[in-house]
Amino acid sequence: MNNKKGKSISYARWGYVFIFPFFLIFAVFQLYPLITTVYYSFFEYFRSGLMFIGPKFVGIDNYIEIFKADLPKYMSNTMIMWIAGFIPQIVISLILAAWFTDTRLKIKGKQFFKVVIYMPNLIMASAFAMLIFALFSDGGPINGILMNLGIIKSGQPIRFLSSVVGTRSLVALMNFMMWFGNTTIMLMAAVMGIDPALFEAAELDGCNHKQIFFRITLPLIRPLLVYTLITSMIGGLQMFDVPQILTNGKGSPNRTSTTMIMYLNNHLFSKNYGMAGAVSVFLFVICAILCVVVYNSFNSDTDENITGKRKKNKRGARK
Amino acid sequence: MRESKPSHVRTVIAYIVLILLAFLCLFFFYVLLVNCTRDHISIQKGFSAIPGDHFITNYKNVLADANVPILSGLKNSLIVSGLAALFATYFSCMTAYGIYAYDFKLRKFAFVFILLIMTMPTQVTALGFIKLVEKMSLLDTLFPLFVPSIAAPVVFYFMYSYMQSSLPMELVEAARIDGSNEMHTFNFIVLPLMKPAIAVQAIFTFVSNWNNYFMPALVLTSKNKQTLPILIAALRSADFLKFDQGKVYMLITTAIVPIIIIYILLSKYIVSGVTLGGVKG
Repeated sequence: MNNKKGKSISYARWGYVFIFPFFLIFAVFQLYPLITTVYYSFFEYFRSGLMFIGPKFVGIDNYIEIFKADLPKYMSNTMIMWIAGFIPQIVISLILAAWFTDTRLKIKGKQFFKVVIYMPNLIMASAFAMLIFALFSDGGPINGILMNLGIIKSGQPIRFLSSVVGTRSLVALMNFMMWFGNTTIMLMAAVMGIDPALFEAAELDGCNHKQIFFRITLPLIRPLLVYTLITSMIGGLQMFDVPQILTNGKGSPNRTSTTMIMYLNNHLFSKNYGMAGAVSVFLFVICAILCVVVYNSFNSDTDENITGKRKKNKRGARK
Repeated sequence: MRESKPSHVRTVIAYIVLILLAFLCLFFFYVLLVNCTRDHISIQKGFSAIPGDHFITNYKNVLADANVPILSGLKNSLIVSGLAALFATYFSCMTAYGIYAYDFKLRKFAFVFILLIMTMPTQVTALGFIKLVEKMSLLDTLFPLFVPSIAAPVVFYFMYSYMQSSLPMELVEAARIDGSNEMHTFNFIVLPLMKPAIAVQAIFTFVSNWNNYFMPALVLTSKNKQTLPILIAALRSADFLKFDQGKVYMLITTAIVPIIIIYILLSKYIVSGVTLGGVKG
């Protein structure tokens, strides 16, 4: 009896019902906290002994203070450790993705290797850091093995965690191990999404594997590489568990492995809310910029679906 | 035929690199498993590749240590991760269905908004979050750790993509004709179809909550409320060298092994699920 139009209008309000829980919880547990975080960042508000000082409005003093004191240092720590892990991660992942998808290399046990290299991603970062700490400690198994092999003299262990390079390298190593499997699998999917006819044509034209990799594979998976870079950067900014546990929250030696989130965590634990707010807002601004970049990187892919041309279009575009 | 030789060499190189990487990934865990079966003194003496016979003793020692309440840690971790996985998958399906199936005014806005916040780390709002939890007098309870997973943008995006590929709207319309109301259609027709996606995302949400350290450490203060990562962190701040090493390795094993077992059993789905969802961490 009713025409189609009337029907679809009467259903539309259900959309709001279904998305309501998400937005309610988001508003309460993320949006409201964000607003109060920004609010506190403009106040002097900290605990001294058992007393709370403030809140007293101080304008942008907190921001000036974090920039004058420690934040630039912690930011460079974070960047150094992130880059030291990310470069090997992306290089190894690209090579592995190229190998796994190369039909001329007949690699057996691909599934086994994929399962093994992805495993560290699921391991509890704090337990992994604790394990690495135990293994690389002065009297730990790694030094023991090196002594048995005669690489170092007994009684003179390599003190990994007392040197800046040692600690940062261990953090980078762990980040590398936790993420290269994930990146490999993502890149493999991207390479397999490339039209096989392109590879066949290139082979017929006599391209070698290097040319195919640099001229065909790499340019075509560039959007995913950008996406990987940005999401990894956001992940890097969040670096916390590994250096926190490895150095017992001290960022030792001499705070050279303290990351920005560790800095935030220290302020939260000592209940210095003003400073914690300023650090958070700074991180929020960087992440917001990166989020927009991520959004744009797959905007073209998802946007048209919502505006009506659904499913067929997307599948067609991908294949 | 000139092609075959170089690709032979490349195959060998590929195998060597892959075996080295696999060794790197497995070696540390092998040491862990060996050391959790050895006692403190023999661990101190040096590494051995052969397991010892102190597994049970170490386990009993860990259970007996009141400073590391491992059983309550396991229980709390299970509650938080389990409920977070349940909430995240159910409500993400719901949100995704709302945006997928209905054409309402704010639909596009809601979709774009969720995609924009998808990669925003929760740490940046930690201060406001803790103050809010304090105000709600929920500090030192498990609620603030799983209730927020109702709003999980990454899980949402995964569910949405899955619906696009495998939920035909004709099915929903057929249900309407049969007189099923919208909520009923969602719960009894859409959800069963989403099972594979729900399984994959439940695993990922479970694991990431199981491993989460930052937020629980800020929310939970009393020993018997704490989750496993906090107990492990506490181990590090205790005087480490005086600590029974067998116990240390045993505790790490307890935190890691359940996830490894889940992973080995479901590795096929997990590995293929990585690419479907797109974003992680």
